[in-house]
Amino acid sequence: MRTYFDAYVGLAVLLLVGGAIVGGGLAANRLLRPHRPTPEKLLTYECGVDPVGEGWAHSYVRYYVFAYLYVVFAVDAVFLFPWATVFSAPGYGLTTLGEMFVFLAFLAAGLAYAGKKGVLSWV
Amino acid sequence: MVEVVVKLALVAAAFAVLPLLVGQAEHKVMAHMQGRLGPMYAGGFHGWAQLVADGVKFAQKEDVVPRAADRWVFKLAPGVALVPYLLVLIVVPVGPDGQVALDLGLGLFFALAVMGVGVIGAIMAGWASANKYSLLGGMRVAAQLMSYELPMVFAASSVAMAAGTLSLPGIVGEWRWWWLPWQAIGAVVFFVAGLAELRRPPFDMPVADSEIIFGPYTEYGGLRFALFILAEYAGIVVLCALTTVLFLGGWKGPFLDAELGWLWTLLKVAVLAFLVIWLRVSYPRMREDQLQKLAWAYLVPLSLGQLALTGVLKVAFG
Repeated sequence: MRTYFDAYVGLAVLLLVGGAIVGGGLAANRLLRPHRPTPEKLLTYECGVDPVGEGWAHSYVRYYVFAYLYVVFAVDAVFLFPWATVFSAPGYGLTTLGEMFVFLAFLAAGLAYAGKKGVLSWV
Repeated sequence: MVEVVVKLALVAAAFAVLPLLVGQAEHKVMAHMQGRLGPMYAGGFHGWAQLVADGVKFAQKEDVVPRAADRWVFKLAPGVALVPYLLVLIVVPVGPDGQVALDLGLGLFFALAVMGVGVIGAIMAGWASANKYSLLGGMRVAAQLMSYELPMVFAASSVAMAAGTLSLPGIVGEWRWWWLPWQAIGAVVFFVAGLAELRRPPFDMPVADSEIIFGPYTEYGGLRFALFILAEYAGIVVLCALTTVLFLGGWKGPFLDAELGWLWTLLKVAVLAFLVIWLRVSYPRMREDQLQKLAWAYLVPLSLGQLALTGVLKVAFG
């Protein structure tokens, strides 16, 4: 267990390096840049005209159905990875291949059904 | 220990240099392709000083956070957009025999997962700006990620099936020239989906300047804005490196793989980066509905077909 997590120490170090690059850059930037806020400057820019109403406007999230589809498919897709590494190992062969086509058929049927229902067109 | 430190330093150096090279190349290639004079002026020869001038400008601009903005999320977003691409570079092999900073057993899975995190930075920016157009842009970023992540994952898992491993050096080790035709569909799907995930033209609907100003980045200025642009170029480097490693044989070249492996890798990445820039210059922006249609009606079925092809040929001949 210990050796398994050891591999990730380098990753943690690199994450710190990345944080230092961004943080250090912004800190150096702080010394170089002016800071003279005025009410006009702090106004939301939006499109150049003074904003009307608040920024978090109500909008219709049209693609929530895509989001459902994505979650369904992505959860399936994750299981592909462990399977992909062993499917052609000795002793599996044709059986796993058949299973793959069952899997693909499920996905394709789901996609075709969603398409037929008209979900896949952006409104 | 020393070896690990040197490798991490090399990763950080590549992260600092390669995106800037891509940025410089983009200036010049676009200037040549479109006959632009602006980027060819600064400093005399081919406008070499343009990037330096841009850097100096960004470094001394005031850091304005709009009063209405969600302050902490707004300030954090550029970092979230940039750092994941640095982390992905740690698993990308440049040569054989351990010329990789970290040979992770599930490197491919790791790379795909962490690459997706970068997109959250853009969504955070879109939300935190308290700007209607930024919010719309952020929504489009999210929609694009969801549609294109799927074909990308399928295309990548096709390579994992072919190689029988998720380790990136392992995949290149298994790679043979006939994978090029075998995995061609997957390669195109992966590259196109990656471009869409990076919101590069022609998939730049989330930042479409003619309708939503500059999408999630509208309210940013100075260094934070520069970090977003840098994230875009770092994203190009990562996408090209992953495409190279998965589909183009990574360090394998016509000769001297062991000695010149890093050169072949860099060469392939550079050619792909040129292709990314070329696509930006040549194609008009796709509409939002066309974007979704391309993903769900073409790329997903194509990538499923690639999975079937990979499985059948692997069992038949492997």
